Amino acid sequence: MAVEMLGYIDKPSPVHRLTGTTKLIGFILFTTATMFTYDTRVLLVLGLFSIGLFSISQIRFKEVRFVLVFTAIFVLLNALAVYLFEPEQGVTIYETRHLWFEGIGRFTLTAEQAFYMFNLILKYSVIVPIAVLFLVTTHPTEFASSLNQIGVPYKVAFAVSLALRYIPDVQQDFRTIADAQAARGVAVTQGSLLKRARHSLQILIPLLFTSLERIETVSNAMDLRGFGADKKRTWYNQRAMTRIDYIAIGIALSLTVFSFIVTFYDGSRFYNPF
Amino acid sequence: MKTIIEFDHFSFTYRSQSEPTLRHIHLSIQEGERVLIVGPSGSGKSTLAQCINGLIPFSYPGTWEGNVRINDMDARELSLFDRSKQIGTVLQDPDAQFVGLSVGEDIAFALENKRVARPEMSHIVERVAKLTDVDHLIDSRLNELSGGQRQRVALAGVLVEEADVLLFDEPLANLDPVAGSEAMALLDRLQRETGRTLIVVEHRIEDVLSIPFDRIIVMVDGTIIADDHPDAILSNDSLMNAFLREPLYVSAARWADIAVQPQDRPSDLETFVTRFEREPILTKLEEEAVTIHQPTSPLLELEHVQFHYHQEQPVLERIDATFEKGTLTTLVGQNGAGKSTLAKLLSGYKRVSSGTIRLNGEDITNQSIADRAKKVGFVLQNPNHMISKQTVHEEVRYGMQALGLSDEEESERLEQTLRRCGLYPFRNWPIQALSFGQKKRVTIASILVRQPDVLILDEPTAGQDYRHYSEIMDFLEALKQDGMTLLIITHDMHLVLEYSDQVCLLHGGRIRYAGDPLSLLLQENLLHHAHLKQTSLFTVARHLDVDVKPLLSAVIRAERKDRKQWQ
Repeated sequence: MAVEMLGYIDKPSPVHRLTGTTKLIGFILFTTATMFTYDTRVLLVLGLFSIGLFSISQIRFKEVRFVLVFTAIFVLLNALAVYLFEPEQGVTIYETRHLWFEGIGRFTLTAEQAFYMFNLILKYSVIVPIAVLFLVTTHPTEFASSLNQIGVPYKVAFAVSLALRYIPDVQQDFRTIADAQAARGVAVTQGSLLKRARHSLQILIPLLFTSLERIETVSNAMDLRGFGADKKRTWYNQRAMTRIDYIAIGIALSLTVFSFIVTFYDGSRFYNPF
Repeated sequence: MKTIIEFDHFSFTYRSQSEPTLRHIHLSIQEGERVLIVGPSGSGKSTLAQCINGLIPFSYPGTWEGNVRINDMDARELSLFDRSKQIGTVLQDPDAQFVGLSVGEDIAFALENKRVARPEMSHIVERVAKLTDVDHLIDSRLNELSGGQRQRVALAGVLVEEADVLLFDEPLANLDPVAGSEAMALLDRLQRETGRTLIVVEHRIEDVLSIPFDRIIVMVDGTIIADDHPDAILSNDSLMNAFLREPLYVSAARWADIAVQPQDRPSDLETFVTRFEREPILTKLEEEAVTIHQPTSPLLELEHVQFHYHQEQPVLERIDATFEKGTLTTLVGQNGAGKSTLAKLLSGYKRVSSGTIRLNGEDITNQSIADRAKKVGFVLQNPNHMISKQTVHEEVRYGMQALGLSDEEESERLEQTLRRCGLYPFRNWPIQALSFGQKKRVTIASILVRQPDVLILDEPTAGQDYRHYSEIMDFLEALKQDGMTLLIITHDMHLVLEYSDQVCLLHGGRIRYAGDPLSLLLQENLLHHAHLKQTSLFTVARHLDVDVKPLLSAVIRAERKDRKQWQ
């Protein structure tokens, strides 16, 4: 199909070969490490690692462009909002004040604020590719089995994987419905914002009914095949851990430890160049 | 023999309904029996199936009167899980019931739920996959499979449980004729080898009777109107009373005034065909005038049309075709042959990669979807993809909103279209309260109201019983008589043979055949590409050594006369 986003993309790469559990543990460790630190040096190292992993995975930028661009817009909006609420947050954090522009009223621009926002954006630029990579290289049911293995109840785990599995189908439905609307002269991509919003609503109703239909059938099918009868279940897709998995977890663990040591050795989560 | 399923004085009313859907059902099914349950839509046959597999009352609660016993236990006391071990169900739409992404994973689903350990699980999956001939596909992704393969995977997923009873809800609904007959042959073999009880719910009787059954149960309005051996059922008028279509060769026998009696074994084509005699039929056929399609002026023309997502893999390689004004063309071909893509190119949903599309001589290749859709209307297969309003008249009016018509003109067109489509009495109804066939008609109306020159329909009769199928097709034929040009994507051979002036066979991104439907059905190699197969009338014609064309039109005409009595 033309554009699919966030569905599983099959490639013969080492990242794909890792078990779901390894990827899940790695993902959690990596995200924790990134969430805690504002240390520019650590973020740069983690960022390089994230880019490296992307290239090993053989996932091409083109295949996930939509999601990445979409989240990039949100990250920028988020940074903007941070500035609007607290234009001198950076000054509070780094405890110095190098003024660049006086600006209007409280909206000044300081080197500290600029550096703080740069770190904020950098942080997301490190996490988002890894999150996307995790989603597109982990087979949905394997994802479920790994969630289950690290202690999440299997019904919850399965629901998550089912949702992931249906993402491409729902996207397909969405496109068909949008086309059917366009064929009646109701284009979602034209007109004022209000008009577009109203038109989008016209797509949501059919999408809702189509999805409800899907849910009914699949839940019947699952009931008929004995889903949920037992407190536990086994997983066909679960693979045994191999050497490469232990190595990967080892790398993720040392990255996290490294990140924590560098971040906290001076008692602050921020790297202060001022 | 042991009774495995028994309904005694059983009635069932869905919680959301005031009238019972099943009334006074008496039925007992013995171990190892092959039972076919038939009936028109809304006759309660699927409800009966749900009472057997346990979806009723567990997923669809309601009022339960009388008794249902499964293996001598009260069905209400068995959980859905207990029942799944005794009764394996394959639902109608294999696509919608898959829970896994890959074949092996989906087959294993029931085993996972039973906590079978992994090594043993792969062992069972392999064994069952071999049984249904999908063992070479275990690592494939489900969306890469053909309809027939998907059905076999769904079947394998049920077989792993080793249930005594196999229940199939309309197994042929989503299959092309060839895949359908392969599926029936597989059921036949499995039942023979394992001796399990086989229950099939279907309304396509000719296709399903390609394998022997012990009994046919005919349902109408929630009751069983006949329960007998197939030979007896085909000899009386139960099927007619249920608005179902008899096998074509039985209709042919009635047309030829040949008595249909149980002792002639009408359920077996090979045996029964010997009852036909050549001479009287030849005489009767002489009275039949065969209508020949008269060419009219070309309306829609495609020249060297090409389409691809990726340069290396064209979906449509080179399409040249002409659709004449006031004709009905059917578009056939296997799943993935590019039929829907072609329809989307014509209706402007997608842009051609190269080539030209002309309408009335005018080049319309690069028109926007909004402009194109004024001239070429496309009715999608799933009505839910199109319906976005609450009531019938709102939905149909909504179709006109971008046309810039005056209020009076809109109202006039609206009323005219609603009447034309037989929806006028329902104009204020909420759409979600309509039946599938009525919804389909609403979507057709919402396109027709725009007064396009060409109407394209994707599988308009899929999942419809004979009565609704005939209603829709007779309606479309009336539109054609009024000058509409129609293009229909279908797998249904009857539709191709009975209603189309021209058939286009799409294979490997090209049109391999365009012309008269009968000539296509007489060419074995093309039939293979099309995944179509000859109907039983061809067997009759071959046996009698007569031309199939007049025989076909005679039987179709006789059938239409019978249908008139329904109204």
